[in-house]
Amino acid sequence: MSRIIVITSGKGGVGKTTTSAALAMGLAQRGKRTVVIDFDVGLRNLDLIMGCERRVVYDFINVINQEANLNQALIRDKRCDHLYVLPASQTRDKGALSKEGVGRVLEELSQTYDFIVCDSPAGIEHGATMAMYYADDAIVVTNPEVSSVRDSDRMLGILSSKSRRAETNAEPIREFLLLTRYDPHRVESGEMLSVDDVQEILALNLLGIIPESKAVLTASNAGIPVILDRDSDAGQAYGDMVARYLGEEVPHRFLHAEKKGLLSRLFRG
Amino acid sequence: MAVNPKYPEADAAAGFDLKAANFMLPVIYLLNANIEALAAKLGEKVETAPEFFHNTPVVIDLSGLPEGVGEAEFPLLVGLLRGYGMIPFGVRGGNPAQNAIAEALDLAILRDSYARKTKTADAATAADPAAVAAVLSATTQSDASPGVATVRRINSGFMLVTRPVRSGQRVYAAGGDLSITAAVSSGAELMADGNIHIYGPLRGRALAGMNGNLDARIFCLDLQAELVSIAGHYRVSEHIPKELRGVPVQIFLDQKILRIEKI
Ligand SMILES: Nc1ncnc2c1ncn2[C@@H]1O[C@H](COP(=O)(O)OP(=O)(O)OP(=O)(O)O)[C@@H](O)[C@H]1O
Ligand SMILES: [Mg+2]
Repeated sequence: MSRIIVITSGKGGVGKTTTSAALAMGLAQRGKRTVVIDFDVGLRNLDLIMGCERRVVYDFINVINQEANLNQALIRDKRCDHLYVLPASQTRDKGALSKEGVGRVLEELSQTYDFIVCDSPAGIEHGATMAMYYADDAIVVTNPEVSSVRDSDRMLGILSSKSRRAETNAEPIREFLLLTRYDPHRVESGEMLSVDDVQEILALNLLGIIPESKAVLTASNAGIPVILDRDSDAGQAYGDMVARYLGEEVPHRFLHAEKKGLLSRLFRG
Repeated sequence: MAVNPKYPEADAAAGFDLKAANFMLPVIYLLNANIEALAAKLGEKVETAPEFFHNTPVVIDLSGLPEGVGEAEFPLLVGLLRGYGMIPFGVRGGNPAQNAIAEALDLAILRDSYARKTKTADAATAADPAAVAAVLSATTQSDASPGVATVRRINSGFMLVTRPVRSGQRVYAAGGDLSITAAVSSGAELMADGNIHIYGPLRGRALAGMNGNLDARIFCLDLQAELVSIAGHYRVSEHIPKELRGVPVQIFLDQKILRIEKI
């Protein structure tokens, strides 16, 4: 059985695409057949972060419109055999994502892949609702600030009512929280919300805390998912996230500004 | 429907006569889903003629609502009208989803052949000059995001929600009590014809006694609400005293005055 995972957020620019790339790469490296789909039609950038922008010929919309088949549109990752990218179109409008079309493509992909990662655009516009509609799992990407938390809360409300699982009264979507761009210094100085502050409102299964890190921008400029940068804090935090998603118990790291190494590992979030 | 004793010669087997009659009724045209603005306008109208509106049956016209809007809001309006002493008794011009909710609210569905789908405030008044048309044109909210409503007609007497109620979600227990065993976010809305029980923080809104039940109460473990209301008598957060915030409380009407008490 394949699982469809949507990476979503209410607010834009919180790190969804960074997370989609990291999750997809992390799952594939563990031998899972994985495809990552860019639902951000018109603003595609998953292919840039995956470093495959020069190999895009056909896109998701071409497949939906049956102008190309999946094998023509899927781009195999050069670093990992199990990973494929289905890029978004830069030119067409979002309306081209029809519910039937998306459903058909996901159905076909689920024959072959273990995990289908859907990189959603922000908000609750059409592209976002299409990305979440068929999801089994949702990772709600949130920054530790009030507006982002509130928007995530709203997103969760929509997830629990506007999905196939909700409409068919199936088991609800599994919801996870991923806190990104977490800066312990700014949390300690009170400029940012702490994990506990966020959880008081959202009360979700915490999949990980990704620290604010220069490594993210460096990696995305190079077209390398940051999870491959194992020396970086963000890369390691994304590695932990993938392990937790697959059911491993991993203590939360990078929560505190000073404490490093072994001591911080003893601190469970 | 009782046999009229004045006419003993009437056919006893029939017991009643069924005849059609025309009534002149105020019609409230719902033009958008901004309940707050609407409540304010309605309040003004009622203030100017309280006697006129008291115990007055009213019809709610939904034909002016934009498509996909109002499924969640108009139950609130019904509660509001009842709170002002009016007797909302039917709707017209609604779509199937709205009609279903109206039925859950014990409202009649009036099949009005005159109800047109694109009624403006002016046209509505002109078309119905005899009716006391309370045309309420509240300012349109530019909030395009759809409110997510769960409305359930309750047979067992109460409705239980075990998952958090998130911002933008609305839960309406029509015909009974509502119990929530999780947090209610800021921007979420709870409605019940009966009591509301919240075993978690209430950060959104809670409206009990939607059908005008003055005895309905709200119980909650941790009051941080944006608004609480019993049978249309409401209080917004800035009028909730500090010492009652963050503690377990019950909220009820005492001589139609909303009271919040620690428990
Ligand atoms: N942990 C992090 N540390 C530092 N910068 C980050 C981190 N995560 C994301 N960023 C930066 O934030 C910006 C937005 O990231 P990304 O494109 O992943 O967000 P998004 O949620 O997909 O945005 P959109 O809503 O526009 O699709 C990028 O410049 C990225 O480099
Ligand atoms: Mg993105």
